Amino acid sequence: MTTGTMLIDGVPVSFEYGQTIMEAAMAAKIFIPHLCHHPEFTPQGSCKLCTVKASGRYVSACTMSAKDGMEVENNTPDLNDKRRTLLQMLFVEGNHFCPSCEKSGNCMLQALAYELEMLSPRFEQFFPNRPVDASHPDFLLDFNRCILCELCVRASRDVDGKNVFALAGRGIHKHLIVNARSGQLADTDFSLQDRAAHVCPVGVILEKRKGFAVPIGQRQYDETPIGQQMDELAARSAKAEE
Amino acid sequence: MSFELETARADAGNLRRVAIDPVSRVEGHGKVTLLIDDNDEIQQVRLHIVEFRGFEKFIQGRPYWEVPVMVQRLCGICPVSHHLAASKAFDHVVGAPVLTPTAAVVRRLMHYGQMLQSHALHFFHLSSPDLLFGFASDVGRRNIVGVAAAYPEIAKQGVLLRKYGQEVIRHTAGKRIHGTGAIPGGVNRSLTVDERDELLAGIDQMIAWSREAVVMVKRLHATDPVLYDDFGTFRSNLLSIVRDDGALDFYDGVLRARDADGGILLDGVEAKDYHQWIGEEVKPWSYMKFPFLKHLGTEAGWYKVGPLARVQNCDFIPSPLAEAERREFIDYGKGQLIHAPLAYHWARMIEMLYAAETIKTLLQTDDLLGGDLVREGAHQPEGVGIIEAPRGTLIHHYAVGDDDLVTMCNLIVSTTHNNQPMNEAVRRVARQYLNGRKLTEGLLNHIEVAIRAFDPCLSCATHALGKMPLQVVLQDRAGSELDRLEKTGAGEISGRRE
Repeated sequence: MTTGTMLIDGVPVSFEYGQTIMEAAMAAKIFIPHLCHHPEFTPQGSCKLCTVKASGRYVSACTMSAKDGMEVENNTPDLNDKRRTLLQMLFVEGNHFCPSCEKSGNCMLQALAYELEMLSPRFEQFFPNRPVDASHPDFLLDFNRCILCELCVRASRDVDGKNVFALAGRGIHKHLIVNARSGQLADTDFSLQDRAAHVCPVGVILEKRKGFAVPIGQRQYDETPIGQQMDELAARSAKAEE
Repeated sequence: MSFELETARADAGNLRRVAIDPVSRVEGHGKVTLLIDDNDEIQQVRLHIVEFRGFEKFIQGRPYWEVPVMVQRLCGICPVSHHLAASKAFDHVVGAPVLTPTAAVVRRLMHYGQMLQSHALHFFHLSSPDLLFGFASDVGRRNIVGVAAAYPEIAKQGVLLRKYGQEVIRHTAGKRIHGTGAIPGGVNRSLTVDERDELLAGIDQMIAWSREAVVMVKRLHATDPVLYDDFGTFRSNLLSIVRDDGALDFYDGVLRARDADGGILLDGVEAKDYHQWIGEEVKPWSYMKFPFLKHLGTEAGWYKVGPLARVQNCDFIPSPLAEAERREFIDYGKGQLIHAPLAYHWARMIEMLYAAETIKTLLQTDDLLGGDLVREGAHQPEGVGIIEAPRGTLIHHYAVGDDDLVTMCNLIVSTTHNNQPMNEAVRRVARQYLNGRKLTEGLLNHIEVAIRAFDPCLSCATHALGKMPLQVVLQDRAGSELDRLEKTGAGEISGRRE
């Protein structure tokens, strides 16, 4: 197996050829902020949170292959400032009301906002009108929180073989839809056993009647910041997230 | 219908309009307007609630299990009350009107911790400056900092009583403010042995300080009985929940109402039947409705809620120290109900003592450490939850569709019940103290004192440090400004006073 070495923030990181910067960093327990990346699925580089500077150029760590001798900047004020701006845009584009969201404490978007010290909203709220889909007996879809990461799309297509979800529209009008003539989740074969039921990093795909069952203090990001949960982030491909 | 001084007579002649805006935050902003005739006689007084919150509307369409957490954002002072009232309503929706023993005791402990901290906050931080220094005393020290300087031990007790109540909430709800402990059908946590022992270690001191607080209020009444008995006093009906056996209970019970002489108007009314007995009148000059007992009508059916109602509505308090104080309070009335707004403080401190005693009892219950947290049965389309919040009876009513989304929400909060009583108190005070007088900060504060006695929601947000901003504008009929007086958030007075 051919290996190489690159520098991430000056620290030598070895990798196997074919690995992305993100994969090599994860293996080395170096945190690169991300939302749409998931070790189980093909990278798509859409959220841009994992933007790093590799040999002087801004690139997505989840899609850029690691190269021998590459010098990568990751945890720098410049990059974290840009990531914070991306988060601020994501927060105003949807309706993210953390105080009453059942995903609070288990939400990657919220955890990253804390990690990157997002202290203010900065941009004007869009307040989009996105009705929830409560048609399914066991699941609720709250589109207000969708960040278009397409993890559910990829999981349903690539793992479940169902194609329950898709993105429709273009540009600012892009949105998550359900592949049914009615557009309702109840009219699909979506089920609790689906991988897509357990990959949403925010609070869109929710099992009904379970909200707030986990007390404050025992949620994923209550005690340990996401940037220090490298083992948990890397292990996502090894187990179905419950 | 219209009450005396609610609307000026058509033949009252030229009237000047004086507005106190904002008077305080009562679920947002409130203002008082006065119309005064050429002889400086008060012709009209109204307490307006001019903010519109809209919770009843935007809760519609949300999943029911989210509501107990969302709806508590109505308030930063007593969110636990909304959290629990909503949870109680959804207990019925999920078919679990009777909780597990552990869930029942954890919720009750959460609520009594809330009562303790809220009553301590209101009395020590918000009202004690008025009561200890005088209503028109030096505004510069009429605040909790002034109390801390002049009476450091009293201020310290207030701060630590509140802190203890908040720790009770933290251990039961996960956070001191806006926790998530109660869920439909139960709770999401119980206490650990360490958490229980930590609370047990401090409770005897809290009971002792609560007793001292009752003694202090009694002393204030004894020092100036004319003021305390007459200030803004009006007669009205009383409403609260009581336990099935007539005991005082903040968490659960049946509705009971008394008339101004103590006669029973209704009793044993279950929560689900509240709408058969309680109506709400809308008036064009306020966003806040005016509740009334339907069988008595709007003119005779309005009532007071809160400590003064509860302590006189129940048959007894089920804790020994508070019951002894209740008896002394009742005796003070010499066979009559006590209607004085300032007696709210006395009743409130008796309730704080009851809360502290009850917390101790609950902490000694083994069920507090149990692991059986949630129940669920056959789902129902509707649920009503009633609880006694620190400020009075709180009603949450929801309907839920087959898809688990809320289709209807009706909230009658404590401050709403007290809408007409607060208006009455302000009118009495305006007549007693403002008639024919030149506007001063001290006179304005008399109106605030009357409103504060009812402990309206969100009051702490504005005047926790004596920072209740006020603006009084005197205009002629044409709307020209004749006089203006302002008090800033920092307590500074400015404006013409010639």
